[in-house]
Amino acid sequence: MKQTPSQTVGPFFAIGLTRAPMNVLASATTQGEKIRIEGQVFDGDGAPVPDALVEIWQANAYGRYNHPEDKQEKPLDQNFTGWGRAATDERGFYCFETIKPGAVPGRDGAMQAPHINVCVFARGMLAHAFTRIYFADEPANETDPVLLSVKDKKRRDTLIAAREERDGRSVYRFHIRLQGDGETVFFDM
Amino acid sequence: MEIRPYRPRDWKSHPPYVFPPYRSSVKRGPLQRLHPIKQTLSEITGPLFSDIELKPGENDLTRAPDANREAMGERIIVVGRVLDEDGRPVPNSLIEIWQANAAGRYHHPVDQHNAPLDPNFTGAGRCVTNERGEYRFLTIKPGAYPWLNHPNAWRPAHIHLSLFGPGFVTRLVTQMFFPGDPLIPLDPILNSIPSKSARRRLIAAYAHDVTEPEFALGYRFDIVLRGRQATPFETNRP
Repeated sequence: MKQTPSQTVGPFFAIGLTRAPMNVLASATTQGEKIRIEGQVFDGDGAPVPDALVEIWQANAYGRYNHPEDKQEKPLDQNFTGWGRAATDERGFYCFETIKPGAVPGRDGAMQAPHINVCVFARGMLAHAFTRIYFADEPANETDPVLLSVKDKKRRDTLIAAREERDGRSVYRFHIRLQGDGETVFFDM
Repeated sequence: MEIRPYRPRDWKSHPPYVFPPYRSSVKRGPLQRLHPIKQTLSEITGPLFSDIELKPGENDLTRAPDANREAMGERIIVVGRVLDEDGRPVPNSLIEIWQANAAGRYHHPVDQHNAPLDPNFTGAGRCVTNERGEYRFLTIKPGAYPWLNHPNAWRPAHIHLSLFGPGFVTRLVTQMFFPGDPLIPLDPILNSIPSKSARRRLIAAYAHDVTEPEFALGYRFDIVLRGRQATPFETNRP
């Protein structure tokens, strides 16, 4: 059977997709380092996109996904599903309150650096786009198979969120440029 | 640990990111070639919403929980199955829908179309597929509405659907259209899909067996998500 074609979320997706806030993944009882992810979504002219939707999916602090096909012998955190969704505001801003994920294996024994999986939708995007958030202060980035596969450093850097400290905790800034100068690396996967 | 990845996105079925007749895509679609990566645990896992607690009636858009009365318009029943590319049902999977009201107006501040809002219609619903991958919504047939893409542009009546499937890569957001709608051939969003047969797959079928006498017309709309590849991969060192 053939895949059902994708269509844009359009300008009114908030009716169906963000009725309640879904951008807080971590609660007081979630294990791991609490972090904030924030950024803006920009179009090909560098203008903020006020009607984009960002979804994330990540492993818990031990590096295990809350999914039956992740059979690693690492603890599951009952207080963490690892999924979140945020619509951008009128200035194109989005944010998530979550925890820093642990490292998960790639293929054939290679470890991946800690990362958050991202799916981007917007009015004007006929299909969603996949990317990943990596963490600038993470030494394992040097050996991450996905980062290493992006040969152009300027492009590779679009996958790495800059860290700053605010009120004693880490805030990672991850801008998403849909097109043009500094276009985010999006994946075929 | 052995894992079976999913088949690639079929770009003969999906629209390109940039399709100039749909004006908003011109500055918002990525232009660089997508960077190929191999699926890992990160891609083949995804949110399952297995503990989601849907309230009774979330798949009935004709009676919003805080509305006093039934929504205005032509009642319709939309049923279908969610399948993978091998025709296997996708069970226990969340579907979210949203749509305009019968007059072609969304319950959203950005929608300034001069058509009446229906205080009894929000236009949002959710359900989870059953063990056979089946879903069912009761709603109101949405109206066509004008937009600013080109002179005298009108969107054909449609319902937006959001699906997750079993993994992060099976995510899909799409739109369902109605058979016989004269606006369908004129719609740049639907026409962004490269093949006619793929476009046709977004048009629901009238289903007389779903139609309920003295109550509502039935439509059937099946959805196919990415299926599995035959060959598994290994996460541990060989």
